[in-house]
Amino acid sequence: MRFRCPICGERDLREFTYAGVALERPAEDAGNAAWEAYVHLRDNPAGETRDLWQHSSGCGAWIVVTRDTRSHEVTSTELVGEAS
Amino acid sequence: MRFSGFRILKEGLTGNRGWSSHWRDPDPKPNYDVIIIGGGGHGLATAYYLATEQGVKNIAVLEKGYIGGGNVGRNTTIVRANYALPGNSEFYSHSLRLWEGLEEELNYNVMHSQRGIINLFHSDGQRDYAARRGNQMIAQGDDAILLDRDGVREILPYLDFDNARFPIYGGLYHKRGGTARHDAVAWGFARGADRAGVDIIQNCEVTGIDVEGGRVTGVQTTRGAIGAGRVGMVAAGRSGQVAAMAGLKLPIESHILQAFVTEGLKPVIDHVVTFGMGHFYISQSDKGGLVFGGDLDFYSSYAARGNLPMMEHVMEAGMALMPMIGQARLLRSWGGIMDMTPDGSPIIDRTEIDGLYIDCGWCYGGFKAVPGSGNCFARLLATDKPHPAAARFRLDRFRTGVGLMDEEGTGAQHNLH
Repeated sequence: MRFRCPICGERDLREFTYAGVALERPAEDAGNAAWEAYVHLRDNPAGETRDLWQHSSGCGAWIVVTRDTRSHEVTSTELVGEAS
Repeated sequence: MRFSGFRILKEGLTGNRGWSSHWRDPDPKPNYDVIIIGGGGHGLATAYYLATEQGVKNIAVLEKGYIGGGNVGRNTTIVRANYALPGNSEFYSHSLRLWEGLEEELNYNVMHSQRGIINLFHSDGQRDYAARRGNQMIAQGDDAILLDRDGVREILPYLDFDNARFPIYGGLYHKRGGTARHDAVAWGFARGADRAGVDIIQNCEVTGIDVEGGRVTGVQTTRGAIGAGRVGMVAAGRSGQVAAMAGLKLPIESHILQAFVTEGLKPVIDHVVTFGMGHFYISQSDKGGLVFGGDLDFYSSYAARGNLPMMEHVMEAGMALMPMIGQARLLRSWGGIMDMTPDGSPIIDRTEIDGLYIDCGWCYGGFKAVPGSGNCFARLLATDKPHPAAARFRLDRFRTGVGLMDEEGTGAQHNLH
């Protein structure tokens, strides 16, 4: 896999660190079930997934990567602050 | 058909025309008492112990592919009982004892070879940890010997002891550890289960799980609907998809783990050796290939193949430890789909649906667990009570925070193991 960092351009996988699936963080008072779902439970899709990566050996940007877990095809990369 | 030395001699003299299929190829019946989803090592072992030890008679194993075609036929084949934490410790000890009687139990040569595992250490801190781990193994009733540098040199003279960055200080020697032939384990359990009356149904993918009034009633498959009193889900990396058919969401992420085999060589590595300063473990198969692996690629994946950076890391670690293997040519590699839990330990438990049980989360260590997992899951399926050796493998431990088994001490969240 190679990712296009929105700031630095296309770079090798080695430069990026995986931080898990990109989930909406629940409100502090959302309750145990919501937090359990956020921290532990996973859709774990065989197909399209959106996950968080950091360009840790590059500019340090946090990036939302949309890719296919079956083929490793990357369809989009966006900065976290600009991700829809 | 029973295997024996006499039988091999007789068949050898009569053109090997008397061998028959190891298991039948039945069509699914309309109903079973127990259906096992997944015909990998764990599923087959579960069916075997259900039919033999637990006396359940009407059982089917549904496999979407063919027997031996998944992770059970693609792994680094290591068998050991060197865990530290309560929960894991007694379970793997139980599993290793089953391994030690497995060939006679199954009347099948699974080529279980207790050649010994040496976990190397490379610093004073790692030595202290190895000593503690060894004591924990001995306290569990298993075996461990703390080797100093000379002790390691005596049995593994080919290592690079004076590597400038990672000199070898010693190793923890687990003599009862070793390897087994992975396909034979699948075939042996399949044959054993079949002989005990289990229907092994291949090319039969489960497409739905029927639940009525909070109770499981059967499954939908590519070969039609099948009714069941109880259903066990044993789908390894595909556990998330199978559980989703029953509306369940699991604390599992599927990751990729790569392993590698070289061309066949003359005997050179007699044990299982693990590097303490990078993820690398190696043994030599009876065919002569060096079988070795490393760490996860560390991203979720179902691609069944990895990327080059981890392959490079594994090769570098191997070269740092035993430069002699640099001349060997790599024959093939593969990537297995690993069902990773947040704490790196497995799950054998009931679910919130009556009659629906789950055995998953074996992360990258499922092969050695095959007999133990099958044995314990069969007990749970038959009696609705956990086996004492697997009583801590609770599905709800992540929600409650009670009984987490974070063997590596890195935390109980995804992507840390």
